[in-house]
Amino acid sequence: MSRRLVNLALLVGLVLVVWEAAHLIAGASAIASPTDTIEHLVSLAGTSRFWDNARATVVAFAMAACITVAGGVALGIVFGISRFARETVEPIITMIYSLPKITLYPVILLIFGFGLSSKVALGVLHGIVPIVLFTMGAIAQINPVYVRSGRAMSLGLMKRIAHIYVPAALPGIASGLRVGLSLTLFGTLIGEMFASQSGLGALLMASIETAQVKTILALAVVLSVFAITMNALLLRLDKHLRAGGQGK
Amino acid sequence: MKATTIARLLVVAFCVGLLELLCRTGQMPRLVIIPPSEMFIAMIGLLRQPQILDSLAFTVMVVAVSGVMSVVMGVLIGIVIHATPRLREVVEPVLSAYYAIPNFIFYPLFIVVFGLGAPSLIALAVLFAIGAMVIATIDGLDSIPPIYRRVASVFQIGYRKELWHIRLPAAAPYLLTGMKLVVVYAFIAVIAGEFLLSNKGVGHEIAFAYNNFDNASMYGLILLVILLILLINALLRLVRAPGSRGTELAR
Repeated sequence: MSRRLVNLALLVGLVLVVWEAAHLIAGASAIASPTDTIEHLVSLAGTSRFWDNARATVVAFAMAACITVAGGVALGIVFGISRFARETVEPIITMIYSLPKITLYPVILLIFGFGLSSKVALGVLHGIVPIVLFTMGAIAQINPVYVRSGRAMSLGLMKRIAHIYVPAALPGIASGLRVGLSLTLFGTLIGEMFASQSGLGALLMASIETAQVKTILALAVVLSVFAITMNALLLRLDKHLRAGGQGK
Repeated sequence: MKATTIARLLVVAFCVGLLELLCRTGQMPRLVIIPPSEMFIAMIGLLRQPQILDSLAFTVMVVAVSGVMSVVMGVLIGIVIHATPRLREVVEPVLSAYYAIPNFIFYPLFIVVFGLGAPSLIALAVLFAIGAMVIATIDGLDSIPPIYRRVASVFQIGYRKELWHIRLPAAAPYLLTGMKLVVVYAFIAVIAGEFLLSNKGVGHEIAFAYNNFDNASMYGLILLVILLILLINALLRLVRAPGSRGTELAR
């Protein structure tokens, strides 16, 4: 544990050194120094403008995350159970994964309009694809004995999904959630930058337009810390399930 | 042709046909989406405009430069991290969370530093794509069977020669996978950057058409980008590492 803390401290130190060096090279008008940014972040944290926008982002992200997880896992199960369906749609979904989905933002905006539903839609659009892919793959790799024993007990489809497919595929689904939820956050923020006037993404866009370097960097710090923490928690869940779930 | 291939074509044809039908019957308003056939016609028309071809060439050029930079720098950083276990331990959390951080939040800073144009786009694309290359390099170096390193020490060829003649060729399949990801990621980043804030490139053209309610051009361009990425993916799938089977067997 102490070694881990030392590593974390070294990492933070490394980031600060690189940051400070960039600040010294590029100048204060381009990259604010770490101390200035932290100072600015503290004063920003005292304003209601920051908290209102943070709350809007959390609400939009939570909604997008729910839809992404529920929809992604459901689609993954549907496509994963039938081998024929999986082999048919897998290349299509892989292709969608490699598209720059930001180019579809005008389409989303035309369909959903300006505001909450657009940013939720962009979050879902970004995050759902990896969850479908991972779930599908996990279901396909279930030990066939489990599936056969379910059939031997003549369980109905719903019971087989609830008691066999989902529990057996849980580690794979957790990996998908880690990748998918990060991308959902990404998509939600993109949505806020273009299709909304509330949220940290909108605040970021406003500070870009008025060239407030300190605010941009402060928001980058907040969002990076949030994303890394979420990733670390999901990674821990992932490892936990992989260690205990399969019994291998 | 395999049954799944036929089924896949049918699925795509059904989706496109359904969209066409919904648009033609007016279920989907023309202000929102235009029929796929019209998107295709618009795309062909766009390919005749010199300005669009310029933008396309600009985007491809930026992607190429950032791709080469990401691969070279990514491999070098990967080698350094792999060679220093202490450093690797420290940066591990960053590597595993690399794609969790929304990298584009740093784009405005690049614009402040490098100005609007190709250099900022390249910086954004390298920042985004390099992670895949670093991770692929480390994985590749990890995968080398110990016997190869023993052979190198028997011949006492020195670290640099060992790296160049043994380690990197042995890691080639992983490096190749990394390069494929670099191409796709660089494309995504460049188009996204052009879309966010730029005065040139395909992404900028899409944003421009959108802002002018020019749905035909906008959908034509989106279709063009999608087909371009599909083509690149198909080409990348054909590329295989020389001797990749050999390393599989040696393991």
